[in-house]
Amino acid sequence: MAGQTTIAAPLAPPKPVSLRRSGGLAERLLEVGIRVVALVSIAAILLILLFVGKEALPIFTSAEVHEEVTPLGLLAPVHQAGEALYSWQPVSELPKYNILPLLAGSLKITLVALVFAVPLSVGAAVYVAEFAGDRVREIVKPTIELLAGIPSVVVGFFALVVLATWVQTAFGTEHRLNAIVAGLGLSFAVCPIIFSVSEDALRAVPRSYREAAIAMGSSRAQTVLRVVLPAAGPGVAASVVLGFGRAVGETMIVLIASGNAALLDASLGHSTRTITATIAQELGEVVIGSAHYDVLFALGALLFVSTFIVNLAGERVVHRMRRKLGTAS
Amino acid sequence: MSAVASRRLVGQPRYGDHVLSALTASAVMVILVMLAVVIFDVVRGGAGTLSWEFVSQPPRDGMTAGGVFPAVFGTVALTLLMTVAAVPAGVATAIYLVELASPTSRVARLVRVCVANLAGVPSIVFGLFGLGFFIATIGRGIDAVAFGSRPTYGRPCLIWSSLTLAILTMPVVVVATEEAIRAVPRELREASLAVGATRMQTILRVVLPEALSGILTGTILAVSRGAGEVAPILFTGVAYYLPSLPTHLNDQFMSLGYHVYVLATQSPDVDKTKPQLYGTALVLLALTFLLNLVAITIRSRSRRRSGATH
Repeated sequence: MAGQTTIAAPLAPPKPVSLRRSGGLAERLLEVGIRVVALVSIAAILLILLFVGKEALPIFTSAEVHEEVTPLGLLAPVHQAGEALYSWQPVSELPKYNILPLLAGSLKITLVALVFAVPLSVGAAVYVAEFAGDRVREIVKPTIELLAGIPSVVVGFFALVVLATWVQTAFGTEHRLNAIVAGLGLSFAVCPIIFSVSEDALRAVPRSYREAAIAMGSSRAQTVLRVVLPAAGPGVAASVVLGFGRAVGETMIVLIASGNAALLDASLGHSTRTITATIAQELGEVVIGSAHYDVLFALGALLFVSTFIVNLAGERVVHRMRRKLGTAS
Repeated sequence: MSAVASRRLVGQPRYGDHVLSALTASAVMVILVMLAVVIFDVVRGGAGTLSWEFVSQPPRDGMTAGGVFPAVFGTVALTLLMTVAAVPAGVATAIYLVELASPTSRVARLVRVCVANLAGVPSIVFGLFGLGFFIATIGRGIDAVAFGSRPTYGRPCLIWSSLTLAILTMPVVVVATEEAIRAVPRELREASLAVGATRMQTILRVVLPEALSGILTGTILAVSRGAGEVAPILFTGVAYYLPSLPTHLNDQFMSLGYHVYVLATQSPDVDKTKPQLYGTALVLLALTFLLNLVAITIRSRSRRRSGATH
């Protein structure tokens, strides 16, 4: 901006401006319009928080809802016949709204997805950033990113029809649809994110770091493992965090491939139900304004807030690392 | 660049180099195989069903025969309406971020954070939002004012699904447009200003035309993403079967993604619907994939060109 004014100023002081005055008002209106429309994203975030939160609020404030469920009741077990039950059965004579099986389900499936996706994607990023030639990189990178372009409902369908059979043959799982199947399916959606953020991070490491390491006599493997990866560490960590956020929020893959039984256990071979799948499956049949409806919105609010924090943290780290490495080079 | 440069710096690669390079290369291979296996399976399963009739005919005999034309039509209508809302908003945001906001503007920083986070909001949350905001609040508000509280817009329908998807896909447009506007050489702007054009004229007649391929890339990627999303439209307007095509903004619609979901999970006779299921999945995959491929081609071509001029 400064450069433009210094160029324009000495040549023709106020003249061009006065020549174009006729379009002045329309232009100013257009500029204001653009500035206002640019606020849409801020408004969207605020409205999502407001409207998802609003429907969840009665759980904390409404006496009517408290007859069915209390905030504590979302976490505490129900005692039945001397046993402490953690169960999610919103549609039964005595509705039970314990969300622990759902939280555990989401975490279980996400964990499976990350265990599979992180080594693969970070490994692939190391290859593309450090070993591949320009031509290979130009083909491999967009191809891996194409994986993100497959609709999640198609991945879910693939997991249901193909992966489930493979997993059952390989592990002899008790249920055909389970946390492993859903987790593997989920890794299809998570790999491209971890890969591309990690690869960016590796490429942001200044060339001088590599030159210095090699000048000291390191091999390329040593350079990658002891210099480049540690320097890109925060970015790689952020890629995993962003992948986690994506995995926790993914709906269609887990809805189709997880089996959807809300069981609280540690077995990966059992049918599992996540927060997202619960909302997707139950919101369509719920009475608007009922306790069940409010609890589903509370789950949505929980999902929104937790992924928001996770993503914010991830973005922050990526941003900070870029700036640090930028000044260091 | 750095990879090539550092390779030249090293004399003889050592044993560890080969191991690491082979290990990481196999990670690449596994991911590529994952991609190939999905495509292969869907293409193999769906190729037998795919025909002109399949995409141009409505379903028959309880979804076991006929085609998916209403779902194709619904998906196209949905994404077109979505584009009409998402692209202008996304382009305006990008113009604001690059051309209008000062580099130290706090508002611009907030906009940037919100765009990045909007892209990370789980799609099912958009569904909840669409139901709570567009349908229960805006739609019912319209009904109360204009239709004597008769449910007209206060129910799941095409327009609310489109707008929900528009918010979800807007970040895609912003990111692609921003990159393209940034790539426009500074000299072009200076030349335009120097001959007397105003800032707005420069933006509209010089910068935007130069950035057109980036805007196009963003639009195509947004359409591709929107066409494949199911969770946000579950409660905001999609239907499993409708006897007629949607003709009004407040009609429900069918969509390819939802069709795949229902056929895959709620079919009464799995073996009979399987060809239809694979066929629908193939149509959806082909649609999103081709769009992605086109977008990537445009992007890499324009990146190479702008790289060559500098």
